[in-house]
Amino acid sequence: MQALRKHAGRRFVIAVPYLWLTVLFLIPFIIVFKISFSESRMAMPPYAPLIEWRDGVIVGIKLYFANYRFLFTDRLYASAYLYSIKVAAVSTLWCLLIGYPMAYAIARASTAWKNLLLMLIILPFWTSFLLRVYAWIGLLKSNGVINNVLLALGVIHEPLTLMQTDFAVYVGIVYSYLPFMILPLYANLEKHDTTLLEAAADLGARPWRAFLRVTLPLSMPGILAGCLLVFIPAVGEYVIPSLLGRTDQLMIGRVLSDEFFANRDWPVASAVAILILILLVVPIMLFQRVQKSELEAPR
Amino acid sequence: MADPYVRIEGVTKTFGSAPAVDNVSLDIYRGEIFCLLGGSGSGKTTLLRMLAGFETPTAGRLYIDGQDMTGIAPCERPVNMMFQSYALFPHMTVEKNVAFGLEQEKLSRSEISERVAQILDIVKMTPFLARKPHQLSGGQRQRVALARALVKRPKLLLLDEPLGALDRKLREHTQFELLAIQKSLGVTFIVVTHDQGEAMTLASRIGVMNHGQIVQIGTPLDIYEYPQTKFVADFVGSVNLFEGRLVEDEADHVRIRSEELDAVVYVDHGITSAPDVAVAVAIRPEKIGIDRIRPAGGENVAHGRVKEIAYMGDMSIYIVALDTGKLVRVTLPNVVRRAEDRFVAEERVYLSWHASSPVVLTR
Repeated sequence: MQALRKHAGRRFVIAVPYLWLTVLFLIPFIIVFKISFSESRMAMPPYAPLIEWRDGVIVGIKLYFANYRFLFTDRLYASAYLYSIKVAAVSTLWCLLIGYPMAYAIARASTAWKNLLLMLIILPFWTSFLLRVYAWIGLLKSNGVINNVLLALGVIHEPLTLMQTDFAVYVGIVYSYLPFMILPLYANLEKHDTTLLEAAADLGARPWRAFLRVTLPLSMPGILAGCLLVFIPAVGEYVIPSLLGRTDQLMIGRVLSDEFFANRDWPVASAVAILILILLVVPIMLFQRVQKSELEAPR
Repeated sequence: MADPYVRIEGVTKTFGSAPAVDNVSLDIYRGEIFCLLGGSGSGKTTLLRMLAGFETPTAGRLYIDGQDMTGIAPCERPVNMMFQSYALFPHMTVEKNVAFGLEQEKLSRSEISERVAQILDIVKMTPFLARKPHQLSGGQRQRVALARALVKRPKLLLLDEPLGALDRKLREHTQFELLAIQKSLGVTFIVVTHDQGEAMTLASRIGVMNHGQIVQIGTPLDIYEYPQTKFVADFVGSVNLFEGRLVEDEADHVRIRSEELDAVVYVDHGITSAPDVAVAVAIRPEKIGIDRIRPAGGENVAHGRVKEIAYMGDMSIYIVALDTGKLVRVTLPNVVRRAEDRFVAEERVYLSWHASSPVVLTR
């Protein structure tokens, strides 16, 4: 009886997240998946039903693959997908290059400094993401802070075009997602046993070699976790490229939103969403494997 | 004697305001196993880390093989260290761990694998070369750490509590193996330990450290039988200390009156001290005999009753309470199996010792 109650308690605890995921992720996903196989039409809702009912009996299922075929025929989509992957990859690399030394420095700082520095990393989250991206407009525009300072210093003689460039998108994404790189890296580096570096030095390795042979391989799980936490949301990023990015080259998140809101073509928008998901399944699965091995790793 | 291989000259290391190592001078010779023995916070590990180059002396100089080590990075020193935690690289196999040091020397692949195979054979770890550290037992990790430190053929090996993480049976076994390896490779060992048993069996010489200073240097026998201070007598092994006063000071003998002991101690060797000075008499527990009848001779005898008995198998520890209240520790080997003849609790007994046994300590 007691075992049964214990069992029930455990089931309840597990049921809560499952229920959450089912209601808020699985069911919406199924709906989107279903819509992606429907035909678009001018009605409310703006898509044709998949299943035809007559007097409570299914008389026909109509799967409409044209939405997907359309994505492969119009070059706009392929180009948006590839551009999104490129932007996400480059931003992830920059986040890693900037974030690794920061995470390393925090992990090696004294406890008092550590807390302060971590606080500073998390601090930007207290301001709305949207506001922070808007602030970059003020910095990057032709009569913005950066251009004005450079002009005043005489470094440049006419304003640089910083807005509506790839550069602006990279700056925006790297700035916004840097904490997601630093935090998992920090969590990993902080656990490292510094005597391993002493051992490496004792065996004749110079600091740089000791880093490459010992610290870097041991921080691989942190690097992967950080990269995926940046890469996955960056691929579907909508706000940053819309506010700071090029107008002639869209990212896939923007395409999705345009299909949905501007074109009111729900089936195509759904197909785009499904394809993004398929694109990201590989890195997500990779992420899960890394997390699993992190948990199982012996201390 | 030959030139010292390691010379420590007036080395001081302060962390903040407190000195961890306080003006230590020490010579260590080629082929020795030198043990730095001390409690936690005695500065022994700091001294070892300065030799490895992980800490910089605040004052003083260190020479290894005649070369001043000031400003020389750990990776350039001709020493290797075996860490207390072993510090094996968790992401590398046993073979890779051991090869790491040789790879830094830019040796050829064939030479590296040859030397790795050779040293793994010496520490009997060849069957485990493809394992990762977490797949090894404590004793196996200890061997890998030793192999990794020895594969570079250092002239000087620093060992930080080399047996600390092993259980008792394994420790004894490993101690003798360590000695055999040291002898066959002719490496100079400097061992840091807080375990006097470990120091006794391993060391050719021991330096006892306390509060950052070396309080006595000598062979294990010197340290045990001829301690120079109360600290050393007490730290190395167990000892009975009796406070007393020098009443007779001759070249060939001294007499000490001890109120605690309620007896006069006759010591058959002279000491260098002023008369009537406060001294302590140290007598090791195994050097005291117990009798039911009063032994002949008036001196070096005390009277009390057995208060506690601890049976250890090979020997028994008797705590005898003197009439003055002072507790005396006596150990006797259990030579016979029968228990009938042994002393029992509350029995009144006489304690006695040979005139050569007491050590007179003025510090």
